[in-house]
Amino acid sequence: MLAKQIYDVVIVGSGPGGVAAAIEAKKAGADDVLIIERDTELGGILLQCIHNGFGLELLKEDLPGPGYAQHFIEEMLSLHVEVLLNTMVMDITPQRHLFLSSKEHGYVEIEARSIVLAMGCRERTRAQIRIPGYRPNGIYTAGTAQRWVNVEGYMPGKEVVILGSGDIGMIMARRLTFEGAHVERVLEIQSYLSGLSRNLVQCLQDYDIPLQLNHTIKRILGKNRVEAIEAVQVDEKWNFVPGTEEIIPCDTLLLSVGLIPENELSRKAGVKLDPITSGPYVDETFQTNVPGIFAAGNVVHVYDLVDWVSEAGFSAGKSAAKYAIALRNAEARYTPLVAGKNVRYVVPHKLDKSTLEAEDVRLQMRVTRPIEQPVWVEVHDGENLITRKAERYVRPGEMVTVVLKTKNYADVAKASKLTIDINPR
Amino acid sequence: MAEEVNFICTACPQGCALTVLMENGEVLGVTGNSCKKGLDYANAETSDPRRMVATTVKIRNGFHPLLPVYTERPVPKPMIPQVLAEIRKVELEAPVVMKTVVLENVLGTGINVLASRSMPAKK
Ligand SMILES: Cc1cc2nc3c(=O)[nH]c(=O)nc-3n(C[C@H](O)[C@H](O)[C@H](O)COP(=O)(O)OP(=O)(O)OC[C@H]3O[C@@H](n4cnc5c(N)ncnc54)[C@H](O)[C@@H]3O)c2cc1C
Ligand code: SF4
Repeated sequence: MLAKQIYDVVIVGSGPGGVAAAIEAKKAGADDVLIIERDTELGGILLQCIHNGFGLELLKEDLPGPGYAQHFIEEMLSLHVEVLLNTMVMDITPQRHLFLSSKEHGYVEIEARSIVLAMGCRERTRAQIRIPGYRPNGIYTAGTAQRWVNVEGYMPGKEVVILGSGDIGMIMARRLTFEGAHVERVLEIQSYLSGLSRNLVQCLQDYDIPLQLNHTIKRILGKNRVEAIEAVQVDEKWNFVPGTEEIIPCDTLLLSVGLIPENELSRKAGVKLDPITSGPYVDETFQTNVPGIFAAGNVVHVYDLVDWVSEAGFSAGKSAAKYAIALRNAEARYTPLVAGKNVRYVVPHKLDKSTLEAEDVRLQMRVTRPIEQPVWVEVHDGENLITRKAERYVRPGEMVTVVLKTKNYADVAKASKLTIDINPR
Repeated sequence: MAEEVNFICTACPQGCALTVLMENGEVLGVTGNSCKKGLDYANAETSDPRRMVATTVKIRNGFHPLLPVYTERPVPKPMIPQVLAEIRKVELEAPVVMKTVVLENVLGTGINVLASRSMPAKK
């Protein structure tokens, strides 16, 4: 089972954003911090980004993605953050209840004083860019191919065309070249590069892979497997320029046409999204419109530097801890009053302890069933009796009253809850 | 005759467009850089261009079938295909700890190839 039912801070997603949030939440004083990941290991998308270039800002070191991820994961684990793998967060309510589907624990509901959303982003797919033609095998997003080649160990194909000049596409052009594939071309519909210039140099130009701006795909050829694509030039309005069509034989088409923040879960929690970023509206503490729900990393807007994702995670984690601690302190002021043996309900339901320091507090209740003999109405903290009152009998039709005195304050202050039982004398 | 060479600095993700004034293989001046690292990059790129190399090697009994690895420093650009071929020969046994040297002094460059992450053994 999970260690707790209620946590100070729960983080959804263990990419660099979530891990940074967990680290800072702990450092800022949150007690119980839980990070939930649907995958089999911690780290997020960085685990498949095996190229270098991570950490130059924050760590002053040129690390590959998995190394950058591990650096912060180790720090997080040393701070005793609780980890839940193979667990998908299915639903979140605005009251911060989370519904989890876990390989090990099944279906679980937990509560959080604050939540950090760090689900990252996903890639745009063919359906979102509408290329006509059959739906043969051999068309993948660049990120899917990246996972196959770098983690699982198989190649998507041998003759490759890449649509879109996003960073993942350019990085995969080099990677597939390293592994013996031939990357025929990168096509970009815009008149400018959509990824970083450094990737144009070190991923395409270094390996003589041509980039064609103002070009897109008109048609995909092949029924079962991609056999070729028809490339075409476009004008400023993205209309095809007649006479510029070119058939490029290939067995694989990779799409690198952009990333969108992953926010289905945020929507369920009542988090409002900005139509421009597709991520939540946030304030400077990374709090969304729902109090106690924070968001960090690519779930907010797509970053081009992981170091900045970590920094956003640090801020969100710190703010989430502050929120949780304030809430926990407010909760600690109150003692719940619990209806115990033969008590149907008690009013008030909870007691602000500081009131009792200054004045007596009257508790009123009704019993479940009549007892026609002398009884004690007992108030206890689970172990020790705090006060009791004698009654000659109790009946559901007649309200019962017992008074907590200021002299009981010291005992009540120590109690996590007060229970009222009615027992025969 | 002095000539101008244009290229993009890849020393950091900023990607400044550098203009290098060259004569007989000597760098006379650099413009367009935003920092000192860009100057070093321009000198290196015109005399001995180097790149970091990151790839994967096979690992037996690992949590995943592949272990990502990288060169601890940039290697000479023309050597990249041979460096890759050397790295491809490596086969390891899990577990492996991050930054373990998986190939020492690759092709006499004085540069080691390191594990990019720890790889636990299969459970
Ligand atoms: C394919 C791909 C390649 C990329 N390559 C690069 C790159 O080379 N360089 C770079 O700087 N940036 C790259 N990026 C951007 C990259 O996502 C960010 O730089 C960085 O990893 C974002 O960190 P994050 O913590 O926001 O999200 P991520 O690293 O994406 O982590 C999000 C995590 O949340 C988990 N998750 C999502 N929903 C749930 C749920 N409901 N329940 C439980 N867990 C959930 C996911 O499994 C994932 O582990 C890439 C992005 C993609 C999609
Ligand atoms: S000149 Fe400096 S800032 Fe510009 S890309 Fe090179 S290292 Fe980065």
